Amino acid sequence: MSWEVVIGLEIHAQLTTKSKIFSGASIAYGAEPNSQACAVDLGMPGMLPVVNHAVIGKGIALGIALNAELGKKQVFDRKNYFYPDLPKGYQTTQMDYPIVGKGYLDIDVDGETKRIGVTRAHLEEDAGKSNHGIVPGMTGIDLNRAGTPLLEIVSEPDLSSAQEAVAYARKMHELVTFLGICDGNMQEGSFRVDSNVSVRRPGEPLGTRAELKNINSFRFIEKAIEFEIERQIELIENGGQVVQETRLYDSETNTTRSMRTKEEANDYRYFPCPDLLPIHVSDEDIAAVRATMPELPGAKRARYVSELGLSEYDAGVLTSSRAMAEYFEALFEHTGSKDAKVCANWITSDLAGALNKAGLDISESPISEQMLAGMISRILDDTISGKIAKQVFEAMWKGEGSADEIIEAKGLKQITDSGAIEALVDEVLANNPSQVEAYKGGQEKMMGYFVGQIMKASGGQANPGQVNKILKEKLS
Amino acid sequence: MSIGKSEVEYISRLAMIDVADNEVEQVSGKLSKVLDLFEQMQAVNTDGVEPMAHPHDVAQRLRVDEVTETDQHEKLQKVAPATAKDMYLVPQVIE
Amino acid sequence: MLHTLSVKQMSEKLHAGEITSVELTQHYLDRIAQFDPELNAYVTVTPELALQMAREADERLQNGTAGQLTGIPIAHKDIFCTDGVKTSCSSKMLDNFIAPYDAHVVTLLKKAGMPILGKTNMDEFAMGSSSESSYYGPTKNPWDLNAVPGGSSGGAAAVIAANLAPMATGTDTGGSIRQPASFCGITGIKPTYGTVSRFGIIAYASSFDQAGPMSRSAEESAWMLNAMSEFDQRDSTCLEQERADFAAELNNSLEGLKVGVPAEYFGEGLDPEVEKVIKDAIAEIEKLGATTVPVSLPNKDLAVPSYYVLAPAEASSNLSRYDGVRFGHRCEQPKDLEDLYKRSRAEGFGAEVKRRIMVGAYALSAGYYDAYYLKAQRLRRMVHDDFTNAFEQCDVIMGPVAPTPAFNIGEKTDDPTSMYLADLYTIPVNLGGFPGMSIPAGFANGRPVGLHVVGPHFSEAKLLNIGHQFQQVTDWHKQMPEQYS
Repeated sequence: MSWEVVIGLEIHAQLTTKSKIFSGASIAYGAEPNSQACAVDLGMPGMLPVVNHAVIGKGIALGIALNAELGKKQVFDRKNYFYPDLPKGYQTTQMDYPIVGKGYLDIDVDGETKRIGVTRAHLEEDAGKSNHGIVPGMTGIDLNRAGTPLLEIVSEPDLSSAQEAVAYARKMHELVTFLGICDGNMQEGSFRVDSNVSVRRPGEPLGTRAELKNINSFRFIEKAIEFEIERQIELIENGGQVVQETRLYDSETNTTRSMRTKEEANDYRYFPCPDLLPIHVSDEDIAAVRATMPELPGAKRARYVSELGLSEYDAGVLTSSRAMAEYFEALFEHTGSKDAKVCANWITSDLAGALNKAGLDISESPISEQMLAGMISRILDDTISGKIAKQVFEAMWKGEGSADEIIEAKGLKQITDSGAIEALVDEVLANNPSQVEAYKGGQEKMMGYFVGQIMKASGGQANPGQVNKILKEKLS
Repeated sequence: MSIGKSEVEYISRLAMIDVADNEVEQVSGKLSKVLDLFEQMQAVNTDGVEPMAHPHDVAQRLRVDEVTETDQHEKLQKVAPATAKDMYLVPQVIE
Repeated sequence: MLHTLSVKQMSEKLHAGEITSVELTQHYLDRIAQFDPELNAYVTVTPELALQMAREADERLQNGTAGQLTGIPIAHKDIFCTDGVKTSCSSKMLDNFIAPYDAHVVTLLKKAGMPILGKTNMDEFAMGSSSESSYYGPTKNPWDLNAVPGGSSGGAAAVIAANLAPMATGTDTGGSIRQPASFCGITGIKPTYGTVSRFGIIAYASSFDQAGPMSRSAEESAWMLNAMSEFDQRDSTCLEQERADFAAELNNSLEGLKVGVPAEYFGEGLDPEVEKVIKDAIAEIEKLGATTVPVSLPNKDLAVPSYYVLAPAEASSNLSRYDGVRFGHRCEQPKDLEDLYKRSRAEGFGAEVKRRIMVGAYALSAGYYDAYYLKAQRLRRMVHDDFTNAFEQCDVIMGPVAPTPAFNIGEKTDDPTSMYLADLYTIPVNLGGFPGMSIPAGFANGRPVGLHVVGPHFSEAKLLNIGHQFQQVTDWHKQMPEQYS
């Protein structure tokens, strides 16, 4: 008998603000313990929260991108429970009136598009961190992270495989980073994915779910879900029952294990935070956010194909991150918006290859958009050939200067003087009488041989178009 | 309305306040009295009345996203019962 | 004697150079040393800080930068965080807490140049109506040492009544300024919710808590309220609108004032002697040109249960931060995390605080939220609407602050609900966030009685005007217990 897999994801995206959601402390990563935990973050007596304006705009931007209902009235609630990383004894979050309501995200799996429902997304504060081994038998609490703004994005249980779950997570990652509302750094915990996984027989009610938490790479999320599905199916088929629990993934053994032996039902006693008033978002506020939002990756991709004539593949690579798309668009503009394809090719092949080899992100590229545009302009105005350009590119990568400087210094300027080219053609034809005979006897492929010889004789600098033209004239 | 031992234990856990065995009876007695006071509310019809969380019906003022706080951990940790390496100490948490 | 002067007279003498703030402050410090041991109105006395601030005030008085209140000493309720000074909220939980910052109110009153004499005793975490739940023992009523001074700002009211400070800060969540003001025969006003910043005030119930001035006269309270109510962006519920000059209307005539008298405030349970004092006071106000109209507050009785659901619910969450980790009491040798929490909190909190936390947690818990918490919020609106309806017919409402004069120490400690019901006239005002004032109006059974004046939102200047005009034709506010005069 077959099994159906039901997966829902809860994604915590840390928002790219300067300060915390309720205080003026910095959210910079990696600071000394408690150096960024102010009296408000510590829940000191008499301290009060004040909402950071920036978190509202960022949440609304995500809502627009997910075609979601927007929370025009938002209320912060308190979720009450005791834990050392939760200084006030409650987490301030949005329960009944979240910033983002029902929306959706389309994902592509095996060439098929599937629409995944987003239940909601709400603003909340992050907790601190526990550190073990500071003092034997004790846990040390660092509250720097406490109060960092998070957007918790909850999906419908619409995902039916590990592959789909990861496609959704990647798409959401792409979206939040594109919007610039989250830096997407999974190692630093800026983008955390919790997966709720269950299995059932077709037609039966939902099975009991297990939650997989804090897995910091897409690859491991996929593996963890795959393992968990196998585990649950095997368990049920052997007459066992799935327990509702949180499970940890161990990447060493590629298994999941139970995190807590005793899962207590929590009674969080949610109620509206009396220190804060309801937040109202007007149509004007929404319009203002919309006006500053970047074009979203899906729309960009479609436009690159339809307006710029790029292939689906190129369009996909160029919109894989906001920085990549921005690089491409700047490059295209600096080259006079003439040939998108040439621009795309240089990014997706040479530049991407070099960056990948050096382990750099496009934002760290030693060749700026302006520099690359300078080189492409020289291709487009026939100063250099595409082949010579590769030499120029390498020299620019090594920091030898701008394209013009390198062309000048190395004497790479293309030969476009038809007299000089004619002389080269004559020389090659004279040196290869038998090949000329063969060509005239019908072996047209000899053409390529002549071009190669001429280019070689010119040190690669002859203009290939002119070479072809003059060669044809001479041989006719 | 009266509150039994198991409810006192449950509330004690929610509130994280230890209630000694010999206090349970007294605590449940006094809590029950307070709950009797609450029961008076049930006699009133409140259908259609919007719950009121705040005295004023005004929108929330927001804060500009700026870092205004500096590192004060030394001053703030002076009142802490137990710290080491600038961290607050609690009995070991097993995860 | 310096301490029998009004603040206005003190201020005049300070500005005229007839006395110095150091002399005035030392005088109060001496009186505190002499009388506070029997009254127990101060939790902490801060002589060095007071004299240092007095010296600074004297400099300002000399160089012409002094204001109306510069050099006038003040006592802060121990709920206001005061930088470098123990701020205990009269709880064992915070017995070791030296606040590392000032409450906004403290900042403002420091700026006004008011030397801090010390911190006054109160009900633990402001939960109570008698100041008996203090970890430091009960404060006594200067008018009768067997009586409570009221609460929770009982220490503040007592220090004014006994002339151990000319001015004091208080907070009022369900009556905690007005009821002790009534019991001690002084003036106190709780402003409209949102007028005074709550920043640095240790929270009890956030949607009710509001700080206000306590003094002998309405005029003095008006000055102090002006000094302590500046907008503060650190409190999200602090209203941004410009504050009125609360002293601007003091001298207005009461001609044409419409006083609403709710029948519900004169019903069963009201001590006949208190009733007589209140009716006489209202008659006095009528003589000043006011007319009375009967108004109705039909849901008054719902206010007490509503408040005792909502305030403890907020408190149960507000007080979760006292967990023995970052500040405050921590139990010895906790065996694990839960033990740390449960014992630290059981040892650090007193019985009434624990009760309210537990009641509040229960009211919010699964299965009871709708029946208790939401129901109480709906009743809150009904009580609020009663007042707004009444204010369509009148400018202010008058009645008693409390059904009885000060009760005896120990009289109500065994039955929490009897103590709760003593707040039945003050609580409705907090539910609606309205301003309310208590002014001395006479005596019942030899103990002071205050007249309760309640107005619509932002009517503080009107209330203080009424208080001031009443105090022009009466001298209840000038009366002092013999041994402290």
